[in-house]
Amino acid sequence: MNVSVQRESLEAMRVFDLATTPLRELNSALHAIAPGTNDTNFEVVNPRGSHSVAVGIDQPVTVDVRGSVGYYCAGMNDGGSVTVHGSAGPGIAENMMSGTVVIEGDASQYAGATGRGGLLVIKGNAASRCGISMKGIDIVVHGNIGHMSAFMGQSGHLVVLGNAGDALGDSLYEAKLFVRGEVKSLGADCVEKEMKPKHIKLLAELLEKAGVTGVAPEEFKRYGSSRKLYNFNIDNADAY
Amino acid sequence: MSYHNPYTPPRKSATFDDYTLAEIRRAAATGIYDIRGAGTKRKVPHFDDLLFLGASISRYPLEGYREKCDTSVVLGSRFAKKPIVLKTPITIAGMSFGALSGNAKEALGRGATIAGTSTTTGDGGMTDEERVHSQTLVYQYLPSRYGMNPKDLRRADAIEVVVGQGAKPGGGGMLLGQKISDRVANMRNLPKGIDQRSACRHPDWTGPDDLEIKIMELREITDWEKPIYVKVGGARPYYDTALAVKAGADVVVLDGMQGGTAATQDVFIENVGMPTLACIRPAVQALQDLGMHRKVQLIISGGIRSGADVAKALALGADAVAIGTAALVAIGDNDPHWEEEYQKLGTTAGAYDDWHEGKDPAGITTQDPELAKRLDPIVAGRRLANYLKVMTLEAQTIARACGKNHLHNLEPEDLVALTIEASAMAQVPLAGTSWIPGKGGF
Repeated sequence: MNVSVQRESLEAMRVFDLATTPLRELNSALHAIAPGTNDTNFEVVNPRGSHSVAVGIDQPVTVDVRGSVGYYCAGMNDGGSVTVHGSAGPGIAENMMSGTVVIEGDASQYAGATGRGGLLVIKGNAASRCGISMKGIDIVVHGNIGHMSAFMGQSGHLVVLGNAGDALGDSLYEAKLFVRGEVKSLGADCVEKEMKPKHIKLLAELLEKAGVTGVAPEEFKRYGSSRKLYNFNIDNADAY
Repeated sequence: MSYHNPYTPPRKSATFDDYTLAEIRRAAATGIYDIRGAGTKRKVPHFDDLLFLGASISRYPLEGYREKCDTSVVLGSRFAKKPIVLKTPITIAGMSFGALSGNAKEALGRGATIAGTSTTTGDGGMTDEERVHSQTLVYQYLPSRYGMNPKDLRRADAIEVVVGQGAKPGGGGMLLGQKISDRVANMRNLPKGIDQRSACRHPDWTGPDDLEIKIMELREITDWEKPIYVKVGGARPYYDTALAVKAGADVVVLDGMQGGTAATQDVFIENVGMPTLACIRPAVQALQDLGMHRKVQLIISGGIRSGADVAKALALGADAVAIGTAALVAIGDNDPHWEEEYQKLGTTAGAYDDWHEGKDPAGITTQDPELAKRLDPIVAGRRLANYLKVMTLEAQTIARACGKNHLHNLEPEDLVALTIEASAMAQVPLAGTSWIPGKGGF
């Protein structure tokens, strides 16, 4: 970014200092954005672990959060671009519909839970249950993810450049998982699958979209549902 | 002298009765537990075990049809900018599109709207039909989050965070493959025809401290406009109510074990949870201990069938009730009109509970378009409205007889119990005595 562009964007930016301004004012201002307005750049300073920062965004705004946030930052985001210049507590970008959420640090549990669309990028590690019940979201984690990630994942993509913890993809539906490092164990009904050319292409696109460079899609393994538990059968009861 | 052994009739075991024996054979033959809809079928202490005393020398009644007996209720007055105001305290409980046909959901919306009350979505998201036909619509926030999106959250009139339900406290939902039509599959982001297991826990919060933060998030997303309910199954009503209040609920919905489900294991329905009657007083006690009775509203559900049940629930301290099974019956579920078809399904009108199979002759618990067509949503909606109005009138009749000019003025002192069990659970005296088990007076 050159200096002039940066100055121009700063001039248009609305800054909310959560040390002195109630959270309600920030979220109200985000919800008051009318379609097509130019006043779409927000900066949040001193978040100090606040919960529900920038939730319910429904316009293509840009929000830069300077610090770490608590629970549910960017919850139900629909079209916004939110960057957390710090780490995120549980449930970052939960139920995201569309847009982009980037965490420069680490993310706690349930990152991207039930997300239906958009892109969540975690540049550090993500804790347990990353992508739990995901329903269409794309999640790219530069580091490692914890146990029970993508549990009951329905659709979307989870890309992990590091390692995955126990029970990856337990009770998985149609979400597609790509892990570059080691998987400690796979959950019920989750199996390794062949990386076909179409998956290489798909993964390359996801990596590019997430700004990942220097990593080849061929370095990943693909995991998905074996679909054996899709309809109940008593002889599969030991799997649960 | 010859001895003739006199005839003794064959004696069946009370423990191994015919139904139990059939269940053992069924399990052995099929290798699967029984899944069914509705609530518990076992006999449990219920509102039938309570009676109103009515007026006497020391209390005088109000004139029926002449003196006003108010039935209105405000839900969500604690924090919400836009609380719900209903003409009657009888609401329609959460039932999903998926479990029910589109026509059935429309009928519930129409009926509730005519009667001036609310209806509730279920584990499948909000359909346009039910939004359009429901003047007041409560949007359930469930562990599965099927169909959950912020637009529907904002067009709802209230949000109900579902922690559990009376038919299966601690259990998740189940919608079997037979009912997963293209539309249902699309709404839930899942392939057609597979069994859809709804989670039993929410994916992004655990425990009351998290719930408080989750409720705050929902309030922030909806700009603090909507009342937020927390629904729990009848398991630990005192503590669940107290924790829901602590977490910031505007309304607590408490569902006893007679409350229905679209589908779950029979063993779950019959053996987990407490009867509705046993849940009410502990919940009210929790509200009173916190100084929140009437500030956080309590909605009771599970086996409400008549205006008498409504009046009894309110007398024990509830602010409103919710009906599910009774509403389905009102619009045509288990109607003897379809007896021939129930017989073909191996059952009879009044006993049909295979709601998960999608073959409902009445066109209610189905996604089969041909069966669904059997239910006229306008006619069925009118039937529900009639039923709701009758129940309201019945409750008013009792309240007037007790000298009350608002249903909320009914109180435990208006009641006695017919059985020791009901007396202990409802904490009202055994009829003809001043004894409440556990409370002295004997």
